[in-house]
Amino acid sequence: MSAAPIIDVRGVRRSFRVRQGLFAAPRHVAAIDGVSFSVGAGEVLGIVGESGCGKSTLARVILGLLPPSAGEVLVDGQRVADMDRRARARLIQPVFQDPFSSLNPRRRVRDVVSMPLDAQGDVPAAEARRRVDEMLARVGLDPSMGERYPAELSGGQRQRVAIARALVLRPRIVVCDEPTSALDVSVQAQILNLLAELRDALGLTYLFISHNLAVVEHVATEVAVMYLGRIVERRETSALFGAPAHPYTKALLASVLTPEPGLGIPDTGLGDAMPDPSNVPPGCSFHPRCPVATARCRVDIPATARVAGGQSDCHLL
Amino acid sequence: MSRLLEVEALEVSFGAASAVRGASLALDRGETLCLVGESGCGKSVTALAVMGLLARNASRGAARLSFDGQDLRGLDERGMSRLRGNRMAMIFQEPMTSLNPAYTVGSQMAEVMLRHRGGTRAAAMARAEDLLGRVRITSPAMRLGQYPHQLSGGLRQRVMIAMALMCDPELLIADEPTTALDVTVQAQILRLLLDLQKDLGLAMLLITHDLGVVARVAHRVAVMYAGEVVETAAAADLFARPTHPYTRGLLACVPVPGKVARGAALGSIAGVVPRLGPGFSGCGFRDRCGEATAACGGTIARASAGEGHDYLCRLPPGWRAGAGAAP
Ligand SMILES: Nc1ncnc2c1ncn2[C@@H]1O[C@H](COP(=O)(O)OP(=O)(O)OP(=O)(O)O)[C@@H](O)[C@H]1O
Ligand SMILES: Nc1ncnc2c1ncn2[C@@H]1O[C@H](COP(=O)(O)OP(=O)(O)O)[C@@H](O)[C@H]1O
Ligand code: SF4
Ligand code: SF4
Ligand SMILES: [Mg+2]
Ligand SMILES: [Mg+2]
Repeated sequence: MSAAPIIDVRGVRRSFRVRQGLFAAPRHVAAIDGVSFSVGAGEVLGIVGESGCGKSTLARVILGLLPPSAGEVLVDGQRVADMDRRARARLIQPVFQDPFSSLNPRRRVRDVVSMPLDAQGDVPAAEARRRVDEMLARVGLDPSMGERYPAELSGGQRQRVAIARALVLRPRIVVCDEPTSALDVSVQAQILNLLAELRDALGLTYLFISHNLAVVEHVATEVAVMYLGRIVERRETSALFGAPAHPYTKALLASVLTPEPGLGIPDTGLGDAMPDPSNVPPGCSFHPRCPVATARCRVDIPATARVAGGQSDCHLL
Repeated sequence: MSRLLEVEALEVSFGAASAVRGASLALDRGETLCLVGESGCGKSVTALAVMGLLARNASRGAARLSFDGQDLRGLDERGMSRLRGNRMAMIFQEPMTSLNPAYTVGSQMAEVMLRHRGGTRAAAMARAEDLLGRVRITSPAMRLGQYPHQLSGGLRQRVMIAMALMCDPELLIADEPTTALDVTVQAQILRLLLDLQKDLGLAMLLITHDLGVVARVAHRVAVMYAGEVVETAAAADLFARPTHPYTRGLLACVPVPGKVARGAALGSIAGVVPRLGPGFSGCGFRDRCGEATAACGGTIARASAGEGHDYLCRLPPGWRAGAGAAP
């Protein structure tokens, strides 16, 4: 079952220059440090990892919103960097975390959803209107909502608006960066159900970034685990959650608190050292926190090993 | 165990909107009570009302509000501030709301101690260093001299916990203390809180909307909806026999690996938490409840689903969806 890749990420790096104080010399933060993977059409690739590991940077590079420092991204066989903005918008669209700040407060919902159509410049007004109405209905919003302003909507309704805007051009790929993190569980469930419905109905491919592992396990067909700008494990969802290979993945999964009373709080075994992307340790960058690190891990970068349903980078594999 | 905090029929309103409508809670020494519910249900306002930290435009009333037998209702600001940070302490979701960016970690921590307990600055600094070590911050002596913005989110949250413990409080109120953190750091901080609680015999009121956190740390749970406590029970009992339709609804929303098939539709609760006025009567959940009938507009009595397990709904304990509903 190997569908043609619709997203192909090849050796992408992206670094930022940051100054930590007025007189400090600028340092380089390697937000993405050599990432390659591909995603088949119709898949949902979940991306997980701790804050600052580079998930959003990767999303922005794939969306063409941020040029990579090295490497390239192909979407549907075309280099994102060479694509015209309008063509890109017809192919790939984002849905971001914060429905409160990602919608322009001064425009009516109808105009917000219509924006990508208007930016195309060649969609007749009547046609645009029809497609906006259709999209509002599809995401479960009453047409009268179109006349309201974002501030008059609840968080869940705003996220529906953001989804309608992302889908109005009928893209093939949607990049969701923490789409439900700002929402209550009750509303999160509605949005996750909606995203699943839309994927089936419209044949979408999702990149789904979330720090909520239970949500990723529920929605993703494949999962990539990131640590300090690299993908350390990439597996089919059931393989990853059933038998995590990488010590970091194991620690992440161990920290998940499922709603089962009596199990207490697990010991992650990770210690207190926190990852710092401006100061990446040599060898395996996870070694200062790895409970099973050996001398070799401090020196050699681990190669990629095949494991059931995917691959992982660790000397022990 | 002895009763430390008792709240009965707490009412808080902001002008014409009621944020808390007759909520009751009780907390014993050494016990963890989790307050859970969607945002806007009144969890934070309840905590602030106990701490005497409500905004100026709020009005508060209660049939009982006592801490270790002392009535807090008549206490003036001076009396409250003698308790706050001392015998009762609070941790907020966003640590920067309680950390002052202009002072070092050490001087802020020492200040709490000096204000309530006096003593020398050196002794207060020594205690601060000791507590930073206890919350497992590495190189505590060095951290004392750092400013809050030089710390990561997880470290700041630990500093807040250490600061809250400076005066050995008997009651700790933590409002979403781990919501903004990574799961790994969340697990570390919750372990820490539970260890400290065991060692120090702390009573903890933990506010969260994360049912995973509730299941793992609570002894007792109070589910809040639209300003009321709609169900309260021992944690194991609540998860085994959720009875209020709102509690059941919340539990159905969370994907539980092994229990909910991957990709299957999740349960959800349509609509949003209403803002109710003071004159509101009947069940506050009725416009979102799948079991609502005309009877739900009348007075709803608190019912019992077993020892220490009660709920605010007209349905009998053990009710089944659809059974007995109008055709
Ligand atoms: N514009 C920028 N300038 C400087 N540094 C940046 C910039 N954008 C991102 N970074 C840094 O790159 C690293 C990765 O950031 P990114 O936002 O991709 O993380 P993330 O995995 O999305 O984290 P979170 O879970 O907190 O959203 C971080 O160290 C971040 O501080
Ligand atoms: N200072 C305030 N002024 C007016 N309304 C407030 C104020 N603080 C809270 N509220 C309202 O009280 C209700 C309960 O809020 P809160 O206790 O913060 O909810 P949560 O359960 O999310 O902690 C909400 O409707 C909120 O908007
Ligand atoms: S390579 Fe070594 S340090 Fe890295 S994850 Fe594997 S065992 Fe741990
Ligand atoms: S009282 Fe009626 S509306 Fe309220 S929760 Fe019970 S059944 Fe639902
Ligand atoms: Mg991000
Ligand atoms: Mg709150």
